[in-house]
Amino acid sequence: MRARPAPLLLFVLCLLPLPAWSALDPAVIKLLASDTTDDRINAIGQLAVSTDPLAAAVLRGLGESTVYALEDGRLLIVNNDKAVDAATGEAVAPVPETKDQLIVNNRLRKALETAQAAGQLFSTDRAVRLRAARDLQTSALPAQLPLLRDARAKETDSVVQGILDLAIASASLRSDNMQDRLSAVQFLGEHGGAPAKTMLNSLAAAPVGGTTTEADARLRQAAQAAIAAIDRRLARTEMVGTALQGLSLASVLLLAALGLAITFGLMGIINMAHGELLMIGAYATYVVQTLFRKYLPGGLDWYVIAAIPVAFATSALVGMALERTVIRRLYGRPLETLLCTWGISLILMQAVRTIFGAQNVEVANPSWMSGGVTVMEGLVLPYNRICIVIFSALVVALVWLLLNRTRLGLFVRGVTQNRRMADCVGVPTSRIDTLTFGLGSGIAGLGGVALSQIGNVGPDLGQSYIVDSFMVVVLGGVGQLAGTVIAAFGLGELNKFLEPYAGAVLAKITILVFIILFIQKRPQGLFALKGRSAEAST
Amino acid sequence: MKRRGFFKTAAIAGVLMAAGIVGQDARAADTIKVGILHSLSGTMAISETTLKDTALMAIEEINAKGGVLGKKLEPVVVDPASNWPLFAEKARQLVSQDKVAVVFGCWTSVSRKSVLPVFKELNSLLFYPVQYEGEELEKNVFYTGAAPNQQAIPAVEYLLSADGGGAKRFVLLGTDYVYPRTTNKILRAFLHSKGIQDTDIDEVYTPFGHSDYQTIVANVKKFSQGGKTAVISTINGDSNVPFYKELGNAGLKATDVPVVAFSVGEEELRGVDTKPLVGHLAAWNYFESVKAPENDAFVKKWKAYSVKQKLPNADKAVTNDPMEATYVGIYMWKAAVEKAKSTDTDKVIAAMAGQTFKAPSGFTLTMDKTNHHLHKPVYIGEVKADGQFNIVWKTKGPIRAQPWSPFITGNESKQNM
Repeated sequence: MRARPAPLLLFVLCLLPLPAWSALDPAVIKLLASDTTDDRINAIGQLAVSTDPLAAAVLRGLGESTVYALEDGRLLIVNNDKAVDAATGEAVAPVPETKDQLIVNNRLRKALETAQAAGQLFSTDRAVRLRAARDLQTSALPAQLPLLRDARAKETDSVVQGILDLAIASASLRSDNMQDRLSAVQFLGEHGGAPAKTMLNSLAAAPVGGTTTEADARLRQAAQAAIAAIDRRLARTEMVGTALQGLSLASVLLLAALGLAITFGLMGIINMAHGELLMIGAYATYVVQTLFRKYLPGGLDWYVIAAIPVAFATSALVGMALERTVIRRLYGRPLETLLCTWGISLILMQAVRTIFGAQNVEVANPSWMSGGVTVMEGLVLPYNRICIVIFSALVVALVWLLLNRTRLGLFVRGVTQNRRMADCVGVPTSRIDTLTFGLGSGIAGLGGVALSQIGNVGPDLGQSYIVDSFMVVVLGGVGQLAGTVIAAFGLGELNKFLEPYAGAVLAKITILVFIILFIQKRPQGLFALKGRSAEAST
Repeated sequence: MKRRGFFKTAAIAGVLMAAGIVGQDARAADTIKVGILHSLSGTMAISETTLKDTALMAIEEINAKGGVLGKKLEPVVVDPASNWPLFAEKARQLVSQDKVAVVFGCWTSVSRKSVLPVFKELNSLLFYPVQYEGEELEKNVFYTGAAPNQQAIPAVEYLLSADGGGAKRFVLLGTDYVYPRTTNKILRAFLHSKGIQDTDIDEVYTPFGHSDYQTIVANVKKFSQGGKTAVISTINGDSNVPFYKELGNAGLKATDVPVVAFSVGEEELRGVDTKPLVGHLAAWNYFESVKAPENDAFVKKWKAYSVKQKLPNADKAVTNDPMEATYVGIYMWKAAVEKAKSTDTDKVIAAMAGQTFKAPSGFTLTMDKTNHHLHKPVYIGEVKADGQFNIVWKTKGPIRAQPWSPFITGNESKQNM
């Protein structure tokens, strides 16, 4: 009964933001503003072991760049125009005018992360714990082992558990006990990834001069075996990584080329302005983003979704207008079409330059598309790439359904295969032409939405994709949707598997040479239409 | 009837045109024409457009104070569209057709190399405001950006130091043209002199406008398994946006693998979410965050100018190193013309030697008497969450440029003009 008031008093004190007598050693605080980084790291280390909440506040302030030095050597933590003295925790008002922000460089930031991570291991938020465990994964010290084991015992999430195990092993690597070190090496060999390999490298290297004991030699052998095991796993990760990168490049190529597969593939129009239709889609995304910023800032994260129909409609309208005014007059004259659409592409680019300016415009990824998911140890898949793969699969599915399951699709195929016969049986061929061209252009607009999320949006965005698009369509076989899909997939994977060996420049050249050779052998592409109708349609 | 109408119109038009020409001549006499040769479209527009605006701002400022030699400056702006042969064409047009007294322009070294013959042949003046690879010294060019020893070498020294992370392995990543290739040649020689082996150096190039950095970022990750790695990026133009996006998305943190860039400043980072990039580095001779009264005035002027001219994103206008170099260049040229009392190329070149200017970088910069380069301070900054830079290292004062790097053999004899 009697003991009651004391904990109660403590509890009340804890509620007070920063108790007046919770003071830190002013010498340590002074070190934080020292000129040498070693001193500052030393001070951070001392604050890290302090149980005083003020110490944690100072560390947090350093990380967020809210700690300032005054001319008299005192440090302040400034938050929203309120300042407290870092050594005493007393409020300082008014906030002095002349103060220098304490700048944290990478080395200090690393020390700060390690210092703060230990405390965050016990957070209730899984994301915070995960980040803290990752921070400690390679930098944990033997002194932190009891704490890590404690955290591991209390941890419930399997991912965080795995990382904590690795952290424990890497901390044990530096311990004095040879048996601990050996088992840590073995553990890292079985479960570790790239960061573990970096640590083991120093153990596996032959010592320069000096005497080696038998235990050292054993450790070195174990480390070498562990590195070999990790390398095998890393090679597999790399393989999967490259395949996924290829898939992501393929989906970009596919989105860029799918519209062309319809206008060039089905209608036979060599549409040099296709790239500009992509660009218009990307600019439509930009406009939607601007409108959201202005009128709907709360829903900004979803502007991409809203941009999809807008981009489709804009590009489709531009495409239909082109077809009605220009391309319609040029059916069956490929050379004129080529020159004419090239001219149109220049006009469209200049028009966009006049309206939006020649500089690139900023299209930001919505927050749910930033960052990435860790698929395997050491392999992060960015969300924006994942979204584009899914998006392109959806678009292909929709186009396929439209062409094969709707009346419009039936007409389109009919007109493509035999225009005169279709006309005879009452298909309004000229309207179908307009609609088909509009559909192809609209899909280019959808491609533009996707491209705006990974690359730059500028007036000449289309120029860098037009060659790729034609490459895909020609390789796939003119007039074949399935061919386009497979060609995009093949080119994407081929490019990504070549790139690590040849470099970006040479990989691109190799691909072009490959396509030239392929077209020599099979001028009709991967898949060719067979029979009379195909010949008649060209 | 119709025909007579046509003749009448033609006659009137002819008279008007003649009057126009006369009028132009009369006006030309009391202005000095100044050429501005920066890409306003294409892959380099992201960097170069603001240099054009900076030049226009400086010219407006000079005109407001009475111009040069009592004459107003008249800017002639052309757009070479990130197209290297077009640079030469436009330069010739500026000098021989528009009769400009001086040209401020170029960003990439390939564009500078393409206009050099024009300036030599017509004996005209070019002020080049961007850091570059050196290995060049032309009578007709004044280099107001950094030579390798004023940017690249100190940056790598910093990465090797304890504070910079003590890097042991280096990825040299650049756009495929003369500046990155030459810079990396110098850096490789420099790293050799510091005991770093070829196996610990990886050199990678991408084309201009490259936008798929997945493989490269994955390779950097892989390379960094072999020891503490730093990336030295000489990527130029808008490729930087997808590169930094990929870097952020792939979770490659600056505390693990720092990336130091030589062509990325405040302007290029405007289009990127900088939160995942905190801690990555850039080396320049000026940052917007430099604390100096001259800089405060410069930044304030630029922000006011952007708003007044309704430049895109004027509310978020930032200043950067090449803008400062452009600004310094124009003022030094003005001082030289006033000293020479003429815009004659040779007289201005003579008067440029030893010119000084109190620059926004907080130091008084001097034009070297013999090598056409500025003495400049070096700053290394880390990206902050708001896209500005924390200065984490700087030289005590301006250092002299070495356009001919001592790390390339055969350069010992050619230091001066």
